[in-house]
Amino acid sequence: MTINTLAKGGSVFIILIVAMQDPDMGMKMRNQRLLITVIPMVKGVEFLLWFLTEALHVGDMLVRYGYIYPLKEPRSYTRWPASELDYAIYLAKKNIRKQGERWNMKGYSLLHKRINHTWDFVVMQAREQLRASKQRRKADRIVLECQEQAYWLINRPPVRSLSSLLCVHLCFRPFCLQIETSKRALGRNRVKSSICLESFTKYSEQYQNHDPIMQGCLPSNPWISDDTAHWTMNSEMVPVPTRLRVERWSFSFMELLNDVMGRKEFMTYLEKEFSAENLCFWQACEDIRHGESSKIIEKVEEVYKNFLAPGAARWVNIDSKTMDKTLEGIKHPHRFVMDDAQMHIYFLMKKDSYPRYLKSELYKNMLAKAIVPQETKKSVFPFMRRQRHASPSPAQAASQTPPEGGRAKGAGQAGTNSAAGSNA
Amino acid sequence: MNPFISPLIPEMATQEVQLNETLAHLKTESETLKSKLEEERAKLHDVELHQVAEKVEGLGQFVMKTRRTLKGHGNKVLCMDWCKDKRRIVSSSQDGKVIVWDAFTTNKEHAVTMPCTWVMACAYAPSGCAVACGGLDNKCSVYPLSLDKNENLAAKKKSVAMHTNYLSACSFTNSDMQILTSSGDGTCALWDVESGQLLQSFHGHAADVLCLDLAPSETGNTFVSGGCDKKANVWDMRSGQCIQSFETHESDINSVRYYPSGDAFASGSDDATCRLYDLRADREVAIYSKESIIFGVSSVDFSLSGRLLFGGYNDYTINVWDVLKGTRVSILFGHENRVSTLRVSPDGTAFCTGSWDHTLRVRAICSLI
Repeated sequence: MTINTLAKGGSVFIILIVAMQDPDMGMKMRNQRLLITVIPMVKGVEFLLWFLTEALHVGDMLVRYGYIYPLKEPRSYTRWPASELDYAIYLAKKNIRKQGERWNMKGYSLLHKRINHTWDFVVMQAREQLRASKQRRKADRIVLECQEQAYWLINRPPVRSLSSLLCVHLCFRPFCLQIETSKRALGRNRVKSSICLESFTKYSEQYQNHDPIMQGCLPSNPWISDDTAHWTMNSEMVPVPTRLRVERWSFSFMELLNDVMGRKEFMTYLEKEFSAENLCFWQACEDIRHGESSKIIEKVEEVYKNFLAPGAARWVNIDSKTMDKTLEGIKHPHRFVMDDAQMHIYFLMKKDSYPRYLKSELYKNMLAKAIVPQETKKSVFPFMRRQRHASPSPAQAASQTPPEGGRAKGAGQAGTNSAAGSNA
Repeated sequence: MNPFISPLIPEMATQEVQLNETLAHLKTESETLKSKLEEERAKLHDVELHQVAEKVEGLGQFVMKTRRTLKGHGNKVLCMDWCKDKRRIVSSSQDGKVIVWDAFTTNKEHAVTMPCTWVMACAYAPSGCAVACGGLDNKCSVYPLSLDKNENLAAKKKSVAMHTNYLSACSFTNSDMQILTSSGDGTCALWDVESGQLLQSFHGHAADVLCLDLAPSETGNTFVSGGCDKKANVWDMRSGQCIQSFETHESDINSVRYYPSGDAFASGSDDATCRLYDLRADREVAIYSKESIIFGVSSVDFSLSGRLLFGGYNDYTINVWDVLKGTRVSILFGHENRVSTLRVSPDGTAFCTGSWDHTLRVRAICSLI
């Protein structure tokens, strides 16, 4: 007497018992006589073996169907159809929240590799959903989370047919990227080594006097002498700059613009030449490029109004092709919309105004006026250490005046030790 | 009776074979293009750097001394950066602490405890008003620096970047508003600080990206990154594309730094060499190595004129190389554990090294014989 037929609505255990007795796939059954009845019997060892093989098979299927993620997965295994962004978002949410536990990390990173191109979207969506869920009541939130978890456990699709589209995401992508990069690189223009390398020797030679490690600095290296005079003399805005500094403005246009004082001098020169709008335009474009994302639209508007609109107060002279392209781009403003126009004006200044500035009286006077600090004589008692004074932190300067980069004020001015820590 | 047999197995088998064939085909195409690229690069290589540098005067002996030792970290120092004011420094360590020092007076000005250990990246904002840091938390956070002693810096923290693996390096671009990050997940990314929005992501490394550096060029649009796949990639920040790639190192690239003119960059790797890559010639132009140096380079930086290349090594020393002639000029000692980070100050008056011995040292040249 035994259960050997599958009645409708049988439980899992009944299914197993019936399967066990299957003449083809089941266990080897024997009959045991017990008094007048015959009971089906199976050897213990065989029972275990049967169960083991079935369990292995179940495990295998769990992996194939994606319920379990193998650690070292051969690429041609489980697939995520490209449309399973929702699942990716769900995983992203779980990982954002549980920072300590790495939930389903391997599956997550595999998925990441496969749909890399939309990953930013996935992360953004996940964050948004988390933010939105925080608005809900805690009880609702827990219920929704459980529902979501259950949904994904059941509804993650099993392996279907392997479409080539999915495979491209999997293992082909790194090779495709490499091939693209190589093809682009092959199309590059290259310069002969002799020309490139010559530029290094020229550069080093030109800057040698300006390199404190190579040539020392005047009046003295602050780190050696504990005297901050060198920094004071070279701070952003000084009445009279040092000679080395002014010389450096002649090395390249970039050097001139990078120095706050140099830029101001150049602006003064341009005003005399009635072409100051070029530098203003360039500065406004830099501001757009490096500023906050939220302010881009209003800044682009401002620039258009002041520099590009027909009849604008400070109209810049750009060639018509660039102008058309820029005006088109302004309709959908983004961070780089001014790039072409900015580049055009930059090279205009570099090729035209800059060389003339270097030949101008303004520059020559500045160079003549510039000071050459006296080298501090080494003190008679070299082991007597000067007092090292603190300087106002750039962070403090920012709260009082608009941030302009840090300043190192010299000894004597900073009597207050603004540091929060202890002296060495 | 087994209810679980999938009827799709035979189908899967044939399609798998097809896929493997396509994969093999892609691999060969990739390799062929790479060797073709090397051929093209070699065609224009008519002279070596040290040959061109023969006419340049040699350098004398350097005497560099440690002028400041910054003590205060409780564990390995992993990263540091200079402030534009030429004297302040931010440093981060394994115990999760990020400290802002006035290196000139050796005072600690601010200290933040991160919620994670191994803070592998830190950067000073150009304005000097904030610092960014991150590490095993996979995030890059920006802390505005406040001088109010009672204020808890951690309260104002802004989470900007979000990666799926550890943050290995971060850097502000020309302003406080954007941050460039690189991560162990193999990507680099550009973020808007104010909103935390991802502006651009850069894919192409096949393994962890360990370092990055922004180009000092006129147009300011590119950066270089180095990774565990032995590649150094140059990226266009605007389009997200990799414009140049160099693969000559034999091991992970730990550090990349641009030559001051922006026409080249140096890299330091676990293969114990530093290499110089020229961007216009599109090839490696110099290797800085010695048989006696067998430990990896963790960090490199140029002096202001680009004549000297400083390398911090895992054998606790710092080697100073003559960039043009390719020879070692000096070897500096002092740290009691491996040198993990090295940066020359913005005006080139000194350079700072951070080490696993919990200290930072600022060195300047005392005399040139």
